[in-house]
Amino acid sequence: MTTRRSFLSLAGAGLALPWLPRPARAQAKAGRVIIIGGGFGGATAAHYLRRYDPQLEVTLVEPAANFVTCPFSNAVIGGLRDLASITHGYGGLERMGVRMARLAAEAVDPAGRTVRLAGGETLPYDRLILAPGIDIRWNGVEGYGPEAAERAPHAWKGGPQTALLRRQLEAMEDGGTVIIAVPASPFRCPPGPYERASLIAHFLKTSKAKSKILILDSNEEFSKQKLFMQAWEALYPGMIEWVPASQDGKVVRVDAASLTVETEFGTKHKAAVLNLIPPQTAGRIAVDSGLTNEAGWVPVTARTFEAAKAPGVHVVGDAAVASPMPKSAFCANAQAKVVAATVVAALRGLPAPEPSWANTCYSLLAPDYGISVAGVYRLEGDAVKAVEGAGGVSPLDAPPAFRREEAKFAVGWYQAITQDTFAG
Amino acid sequence: MPLRLATQVTGTFVALAALASWSVADAQDDAAALQTAVLAGSCANCHGTDGHSPGAIPSLAGKKEEDLLKALTAFKQGKAKVTVMTRLAKGYTDEQLAALAHYFATRE
Ligand SMILES: Cc1cc2nc3c(=O)[nH]c(=O)nc-3n(C[C@H](O)[C@H](O)[C@H](O)COP(=O)(O)OP(=O)(O)OC[C@H]3O[C@@H](n4cnc5c(N)ncnc54)[C@H](O)[C@@H]3O)c2cc1C
Ligand code: HEC
Repeated sequence: MTTRRSFLSLAGAGLALPWLPRPARAQAKAGRVIIIGGGFGGATAAHYLRRYDPQLEVTLVEPAANFVTCPFSNAVIGGLRDLASITHGYGGLERMGVRMARLAAEAVDPAGRTVRLAGGETLPYDRLILAPGIDIRWNGVEGYGPEAAERAPHAWKGGPQTALLRRQLEAMEDGGTVIIAVPASPFRCPPGPYERASLIAHFLKTSKAKSKILILDSNEEFSKQKLFMQAWEALYPGMIEWVPASQDGKVVRVDAASLTVETEFGTKHKAAVLNLIPPQTAGRIAVDSGLTNEAGWVPVTARTFEAAKAPGVHVVGDAAVASPMPKSAFCANAQAKVVAATVVAALRGLPAPEPSWANTCYSLLAPDYGISVAGVYRLEGDAVKAVEGAGGVSPLDAPPAFRREEAKFAVGWYQAITQDTFAG
Repeated sequence: MPLRLATQVTGTFVALAALASWSVADAQDDAAALQTAVLAGSCANCHGTDGHSPGAIPSLAGKKEEDLLKALTAFKQGKAKVTVMTRLAKGYTDEQLAALAHYFATRE
């Protein structure tokens, strides 16, 4: 790959500069790109489409006025931050020239290349990027519907659910058991439940020290498991119990009124606070548009992240099947940038760029204790592959100073990715 | 193209208005530029857009190309005592690391 002569790399500051040669821009037909969903995937796509090609007409469809991130929501639940500190607006993107359609998308017509918004208006597009995140698979755990979620919050989308779980923990009497139920993989943010357990333990240790946390898991193992368990022993001895599926950890039924869960082999557990993380699917619009597989996720062509069932519709973020990349904000952001470049190339008649992705999931186990798992990914044939020899988890034998550094960098990462996603 | 060099020197796009014609070579340059941007995209996730970090992770924008490349090479060889860059740098070829060092050195 040669970059010496490349225009972008020769140019200085890159913000919103028309880097394509003017005659080319004059020749090109107007490109209209619609993005559905203003979270990590969608907002990043909007930002980078405008950076790469300010001639594009970019419309971001998102009903919410602000976006509350899931990253660092566990810090809110643990009492280390407030909700405002993880809330982001769309002003930066608007200043970049992104047009906001503040409504939900109701239907997609890939053949006619239109999106129908709530209220009935129909928008035409040349390219569509779908980034609707996840939806809860209601009744995936028997008895768990929207009403039950008001008693037993999932807090797996940022916002009111996050605040509700925090309030419940604050109100809980000392000596109670907090149950965290974890669904079978794949789900959004593989290390998320265990980071949450850690930060809840941090809160309980300092204010309700007789309380316990019980993790009922539908899986046999989890992300960064050795690091988590090592830290739990050091930081929160005896407070966190983890029960894998084979030891009857899989929750199959819930009675939200009595905060009781029942596991696969019939054991009942009563909680003082019940955080039921339910099974998930791609955001509903992807399911309703017929793009998903039986498991509820959208299979995509790895090179362009176009939906297998609808070429021309790019799907990024949690909704897509991108394994071995996890469902993380980092990956949603990374995928969106590759897709933005792919879309610009397609609309400009340039060859599609060779994809390159990465991931790093930081987890905060205490304010000064951070760990991470990293990976670098590339296209091999028509599949996403982790680059061998790269990536991996933080060392198990690291001194406290190392964990402190990673805790600091976790915060740095959050500042960087939210700036990079929301353009400000 | 000479006019592109003018762009390089001034670091602005004003010179572009004088571009006489668009050629296949330009398209190749644009494709290559897009390619490097894609490669650098994952770095922005931690180092900030175009390497302008808003937080604790070091900025990369405008640093000396040779320093950046030296750091990246040391990371890849596992010679630096750091938290995460050794794990990440191993995922890139030497040529890619050189392109990344050049890209971030030329951000303003
Ligand atoms: C507790 C927790 C902690 C986490 N911590 C981390 C972390 O530390 N690091 C990390 O990398 N990841 C983390 N994640 C994962 C991260 O939140 C997700 O992977 C990420 O949000 C996925 O981005 P997305 O764009 O696919 O979806 P989202 O960010 O959820 O965005 C989807 C958006 O689409 C909108 N939308 C949906 N349907 C429609 C429609 N029909 N019309 C218009 N708009 C629509 C929604 O309103 C939403 O704004 C965490 C997740 C959880 C639950
Ligand atoms: C997960 C976050 C993360 C990602 C992604 C990341 N970096 Fe880093 N980078 C860091 C951190 C943290 C440091 C400080 C060293 C350390 O602890 O690893 C650093 C240090 C560096 C340095 C040394 C800077 C200095 O002045 O000391 C360079 C150069 C660098 N990174 C380049 C890159 C490039 C190029 C990429 C993309 C391929 C990249 N980084 C991706 C987190 C990241």
